[in-house]
Amino acid sequence: MSLFAPPAIYLVAALICCFLPRRGRAVLLLAVPVAGLVSIFSYAPGVHEVVQVLGFELSFVRMDGMARTFAVIFSIAAALAALYAFHVHDRLEQIGTLVYAGSAIGAVLAGDLITLFLWWEATALASVFLMWARRTTGAMATGMRYLIIQVLSGVLLLTGLLLHYYDTGSIAFDQLGVVSPGTAFIFVAFGIKCAFPLLHNWLADAYPAGTITGTVVLSIFTTKMAVYALARGYAGTEMLIWIGSVMALSATFLAVIQNDLRRTLSYSLIGQLGFMVVGVGIGSELALNGAMAHAFCSVLYQGLLFMCMGTVLYRTGTSKASELGGLARTMPITAACCLVGAASISAVPLFSGFVSKSLTLSAAAYDGHYFAWYALLIASIGVLCHTAIRIPYTVFFGEDSGKRPAEAPVHMRAAMIVTAALCVVIGVYPAPLYALLPFEVDYSSYTVAHLLTQLQMLAFAGLSYIWLMRRGLLTADKDVMFLDTDIVYRRWLPAALPAVSSSITAVWHAFQNLCLGALSFAYQRVEKVAAPGAILAQGWSVGTMMFVVIVVMAVLLFANLL
Amino acid sequence: MSELSVSTAGQIPALQIIVPMLAAPLCVLVRNARASWLIALAASGVSTVTAWLLVLHVGEHEPIRYALGGWLPPTGIEYYIDTLNATMLLLVSGISTVALVYARESIASSISSDRQYLFYTSWLLCITGLMGIAITGDAFNVFVFLEISSIATYSLIAFGKDRQALIASFRYVVMGSVGASFILLGIGFLYAATGTLNMVDLAARIPVTESPRAVLVAFSFLTIGLMIKAAIFPLHAWLADAYHRAPIAATAFLAGTATKVSLYVLMRFFYSMFGVDYSFGSLFLNWVLLPAAVGGFVIMSLVAVFQTDLRRMLAFSSVAQIGYIVAGIALATQAGLTAGIVHIVNHGVIKAALFMAVGCILLRAGHVHRPSLDSLYRRMPFTCTAFLLAGFGLVGIPLTAGFVSKFQLIQALLERGLWPIVVLVLASSLLAVVYVGRVIEIMLFREGRSSEGAASGGVEHGHSTGIHEAPLTMLVPMYALLALMFWIGINGEVTLDLAGEAARQLLEGMRVLTPGGVS
Repeated sequence: MSLFAPPAIYLVAALICCFLPRRGRAVLLLAVPVAGLVSIFSYAPGVHEVVQVLGFELSFVRMDGMARTFAVIFSIAAALAALYAFHVHDRLEQIGTLVYAGSAIGAVLAGDLITLFLWWEATALASVFLMWARRTTGAMATGMRYLIIQVLSGVLLLTGLLLHYYDTGSIAFDQLGVVSPGTAFIFVAFGIKCAFPLLHNWLADAYPAGTITGTVVLSIFTTKMAVYALARGYAGTEMLIWIGSVMALSATFLAVIQNDLRRTLSYSLIGQLGFMVVGVGIGSELALNGAMAHAFCSVLYQGLLFMCMGTVLYRTGTSKASELGGLARTMPITAACCLVGAASISAVPLFSGFVSKSLTLSAAAYDGHYFAWYALLIASIGVLCHTAIRIPYTVFFGEDSGKRPAEAPVHMRAAMIVTAALCVVIGVYPAPLYALLPFEVDYSSYTVAHLLTQLQMLAFAGLSYIWLMRRGLLTADKDVMFLDTDIVYRRWLPAALPAVSSSITAVWHAFQNLCLGALSFAYQRVEKVAAPGAILAQGWSVGTMMFVVIVVMAVLLFANLL
Repeated sequence: MSELSVSTAGQIPALQIIVPMLAAPLCVLVRNARASWLIALAASGVSTVTAWLLVLHVGEHEPIRYALGGWLPPTGIEYYIDTLNATMLLLVSGISTVALVYARESIASSISSDRQYLFYTSWLLCITGLMGIAITGDAFNVFVFLEISSIATYSLIAFGKDRQALIASFRYVVMGSVGASFILLGIGFLYAATGTLNMVDLAARIPVTESPRAVLVAFSFLTIGLMIKAAIFPLHAWLADAYHRAPIAATAFLAGTATKVSLYVLMRFFYSMFGVDYSFGSLFLNWVLLPAAVGGFVIMSLVAVFQTDLRRMLAFSSVAQIGYIVAGIALATQAGLTAGIVHIVNHGVIKAALFMAVGCILLRAGHVHRPSLDSLYRRMPFTCTAFLLAGFGLVGIPLTAGFVSKFQLIQALLERGLWPIVVLVLASSLLAVVYVGRVIEIMLFREGRSSEGAASGGVEHGHSTGIHEAPLTMLVPMYALLALMFWIGINGEVTLDLAGEAARQLLEGMRVLTPGGVS
């Protein structure tokens, strides 16, 4: 890997960061993604560099269309996050951010599984510092849980890699498909980082626990990297369509019942991932383009929403729905940016979500995956209700909380405005985005049919939201959950939903407690014999040692003479 | 370097041993701390150079057979050097040299200056013994050198600061002597059964048909004796106390070399002398070694997790790592042996570096009680970084030496279809993450709770005042080892090729050649 390859730039910068004063570090954090972008575009498309290490052909830079799309959006997002975090003093967090961004870019440029594994683990190790930088006991524990799951994903990847290597003798990272135990292991490893259903808990657990700026960074990389890995290795895997649909739907249910809005956003992030996973699962060129475009746009608008919530948390000290309201009076710019983010995520025409989401939806419809199409449509309505209307409404408008915080600091404002502007620019003029995508796009989002469908859906969802408000069904926070997907279609479901989601939660907690119980029991048992001074750890007396020698001797003689 | 046999260069195998052996009494004669340190360093340095020359030579030629003093076997003692023991010689002398550079400051702080020359004398005798074991081609000579190195080791340990060192040393004396006598008995039985002590001749005569029982008993005695000396689980109990109580520079040296040399003897005896078919075919040695290895790396990793004294933690982790090596050796395949040999070298380097980092902390903080090391990183950044990097190596993170050997071991296990063991290897690696991580977490992130933690740690110097970075003479050797560790990790094929060649020679058994040397 040359010193000018994008990931190397980040790592070198992280090293330099160790010795810089505060201002210098903040500027460096801004400059590095720009240098990274220049480096990315300095590679001719399709370059595939191969190095011999340990007898393996490792390739640290594979700059084809798919990899470049992700490397570009990661760089842009890293720059925006750095601008947003310009006030941060914490050296640990800054170094963590650099290494994290660098390894995520390294992972999408990796041309073989071993390199991928290296960066895969590096993202896990680096990102945990964004939680630990809070330096509270809670953040420590959350970080440790997160790290264990992330490293587990790495171990599974390594296991799968070895198996795959034994099966095929190849470490190339191309289309794999779930065809052998090895590829199945790799699939699960990707699935953990992509927050597949039942493997998603770490995300909602960890992201709200990051620092204000750390959460913005966290929301960018890990999951999109996993989407890239899936698109590279498992495009067209039928199973993914179902998994993605379930992700999109279940996230909708879970997002509503959260009071902490950063947690709501974490779930809605999972929902957005569902769209991309469906796109990867369909696997046609249109669908893959859709997944890529969606990843690109969702990094921006999801980041924007996290930034807005972060700003609110920064100014008011809380991000709980029940404690907020009416902030638009004193934070008009944050409110406006939040509205842009909301419009983008709910795919309002002229905003970025519209041009990317319609790609995936069209792909599902063309190929006849009607279940997925339907699921995604429901999820879109859900997104509108639990994120796009609920968050701006409860935080910035709605019932006045009496809080009168100051507007966001200048650099945060700048970061939010730039991100919001990008969302609008992409929505209005999607051609550059389409040009970046790996496959030729012969597609236009702004057709009459698309516009009509989308506007109808939006109007319908908006109307029902207003109708529910009038009926007083939305006074308390908790009631919003009924809106989620179904009241629009079936009124009887609202009653059942909380029971369903709470019983799922209960079962999951019981399972967790069981595992934790077993673990702590084992821990105590082992500690009893292994703690300092206990039987296994103390210095044995000569007599004991001799006794062991005699026993082993007896066993050995017995075995040999037999 | 083309012809070793006639010129003065042909005497290199003898020089390898004689230089440190003669330097030892010289140290006693000068009776001066600084001078004896210089002598020891020079002698060790010369041995490193000669060992390097030997490695280069056997890489291109047949194994060297050198008749000591011109007496041909079976009358005289023969040195037999192939890739495996040339590598061992380089490992022992190299780590000894680096550790000696490191030792001066560390020893100056813990041993009074009028006794330091004795420490360096013991050190020289110890490397004489260890290299002698590695170089000789005569089974009885192995025992002689084993005793030299053991007795020197006992005294090195007894130099430890507190009185517990004497107890640790005494326990090791008893266990070590038992191990050595088992080995002696084994060699005796072999002599009785075959009538020769020369390894090459022994290799040709085993398995004998007249008295198979004697060979079998010899085999069993040798197994036990070597398991004790190599600290293979469950015969490892002497090791934790010895490593804990010895002067830390000596521990760094011994942890990197002493048990490794015993493992070398184990391979030499069971592969070269008894032969694969005998040891692993008719005697099922893998049914003894493999469970011991697996038990070792699982149980000892667990124990290491709970240790609060870093030296003890690393000592138990050493037993666990020996488990990996033995697992490789016990597979009796080319890949397995390669893994074992590579890990001998890699673990030697990594563990020596780790103990050196601990030694630096011990020097400055006065203790290595884990819970009291909070936010040490601010005061000793270079030492803590070294510990972190070496810890990566121990865990086996890619680009470090530890990854190369662990990867090779897993491949070897997969080749034999030993699934459950692969899982256990990975699980115990996770345990290594835990025990290394616990230390790093406290060093880097735990905010100072200073005073009460220090009190429970039994500290003389006080905790919060006056801790600063270790001296350069200690940091430089430590980072030299770390650089070597990363070099091996990145250019893994160099060591893998070397180990692969050694493994191939072992599996072939000893080749009967006409003795070279002076005739």
